[in-house]
Amino acid sequence: MSVFGRTSRRMRALAAALAFGLCAAQPATAAPQRVVSVNLCTDQLAMLLADEGQLVSVSFLSGDPRLSAMPARARDYPANRGQAEEVFLMRPDLVLAGTYTAQASVAMLRRLGIEVVEFAPARALSDVPAYLERMGRLLGREEKAGRLIAEFEAGLAALRRAPEDGPRAALYSANGYTTGQGTLSDDILSAAGLRNIAAEVGRAGGGPLPLELLVTAAPDLVITGARYPGASRAEALLDHPALAALMADLPLRPETGGDWVCGTPHVLKAIAALSALGDALEAP
Amino acid sequence: MSFRALLWALGLLVAALFAASLLIGPAGLSPSDSLAALIAGRGEAAALVMREIRLPRAILGALVGASLGLSGAALQGYLRNPLAEPGLIGVSSSAALGAVIALQTGLAGAFALALPLMALAGALIAVLILLGLAGPRGGALTLILAGIALSALAGALTSLVLNLSPNPYAAAEIVFWMMGSLTDRSFTHVWLALPLTLIGWALILPLVRGLDALTLGEDAAAALGVRLARLRVTLVVGVAACVGAGVAVAGAIGFVGLIVPHLLRPLVGARPGRLLPASALGGAALLLAADIAVRLIVPERDLKLGVLTAIVGAPLFLHLIYKTRAAQ
Repeated sequence: MSVFGRTSRRMRALAAALAFGLCAAQPATAAPQRVVSVNLCTDQLAMLLADEGQLVSVSFLSGDPRLSAMPARARDYPANRGQAEEVFLMRPDLVLAGTYTAQASVAMLRRLGIEVVEFAPARALSDVPAYLERMGRLLGREEKAGRLIAEFEAGLAALRRAPEDGPRAALYSANGYTTGQGTLSDDILSAAGLRNIAAEVGRAGGGPLPLELLVTAAPDLVITGARYPGASRAEALLDHPALAALMADLPLRPETGGDWVCGTPHVLKAIAALSALGDALEAP
Repeated sequence: MSFRALLWALGLLVAALFAASLLIGPAGLSPSDSLAALIAGRGEAAALVMREIRLPRAILGALVGASLGLSGAALQGYLRNPLAEPGLIGVSSSAALGAVIALQTGLAGAFALALPLMALAGALIAVLILLGLAGPRGGALTLILAGIALSALAGALTSLVLNLSPNPYAAAEIVFWMMGSLTDRSFTHVWLALPLTLIGWALILPLVRGLDALTLGEDAAAALGVRLARLRVTLVVGVAACVGAGVAVAGAIGFVGLIVPHLLRPLVGARPGRLLPASALGGAALLLAADIAVRLIVPERDLKLGVLTAIVGAPLFLHLIYKTRAAQ
């Protein structure tokens, strides 16, 4: 009996400890105090919305102006490479990841008891307010999110044009990768009043477009990706003489950049820049 | 079939495959439009497609294939070993390492011909190591083992260089350097590869008499007036030049130099000298056919040429090993 009694006493102590633990954790779940983001796009949403001191680290990619719309801001935070060990040592109470973040790292962090929230890549402009709203809720910053959503929607309404007979544009980056219907880039093109040639050649989503098809489609505008240092065959394709001959007749050579990549209010800058290009092309 | 007739037949096959290579592509141009665009420059976009995209691809297929076939036949004749092939014994992967170093250090950016020259240097080092290890008689086992080690080392160093590159796309290109592809190669690449390729051919093709004499053994060949040391140097430099130039622009495509001489050897009466021109034509035909096949099988996926040549070549290689073992 005495054994039984001791056990039950121990159980009661355990239950009390658990209850205390839960109570203590309650305020923390209301608004996380140490947030680590390991994905380029959650980095930017978090930097836009987080309270002073709430965001502890962002991914190293956010410091790269070819990919990130906020490289200068990102350099104010310690950068991480998204590996479970380094993230764990930052003692986060919330980790923000993308659905394409290395699954092994995400699974390891969850095993270690850290809450990980995943964001899918944005596929449309309509994802932007939804993501702002979700991130605002996660960080306990609903009010700021509401303000940014209103600003974004007003900005988009002011910029948006009908794409029916605008210039024909092609997105063409390393490896001949193009993006068609159902992608954020395609939405950016149409909002700026441009027609994406991916639709003409029957491409939806993202994938390689053979150079032959690009050349025969003869678009009014070829938007290429920003170049990296070092050499790669993937980018050498952008120097192909056939592409050079096609581009020789085109007056404008825009490049995509950080504003294009993520579903954040920064896409408005990409739309505004493209609209200006479209006007320059239409001008006689 | 007489030797002359065989060369004519192979030549016609190469011409037919070259034409087919020009007519096949995602743009879906009709044959008559294609020819009008190619020859008369009719239709701006179509002319670009034919002259700047498909023509260089077909030319490179023929050039690189011929180099690989010729080098395979020459190495096999010299070493009197049917397993010698630039891809298998590590010459191609060493050339790829040289090319990757030229690209990633910026050497090729500063001086365009540095790309094929560095590939030549890589191939040269590999051939010298192999001949040093395997000796003039080319013992089958030593040659293959040394080749495996060289391939593994060169492949690992290629991966290392590409992984260290500041360019995020470079690491994804390891498979190109190991398997080879002609996708979206342009006349820039033809002009890069052409000079060294022609030098290599010019060095190897005159070795006909020497290689024939070697079948009688080294002493007999020397008695017949063949200068063996000179033959050896010419062969080494010739193989390194044309394999290096090919790999620099198309990556390391394996097994072409194994399959082609094996198929053609019975047709030339097992004379290594005659095998040289026949294998050059056969290699061009095989690579053009493989390049047409990768465009027909999965046009969207940029299938690598080495995948197809290995699927055909590796079983043949196993068969040859089995036969060599049985003969011992």
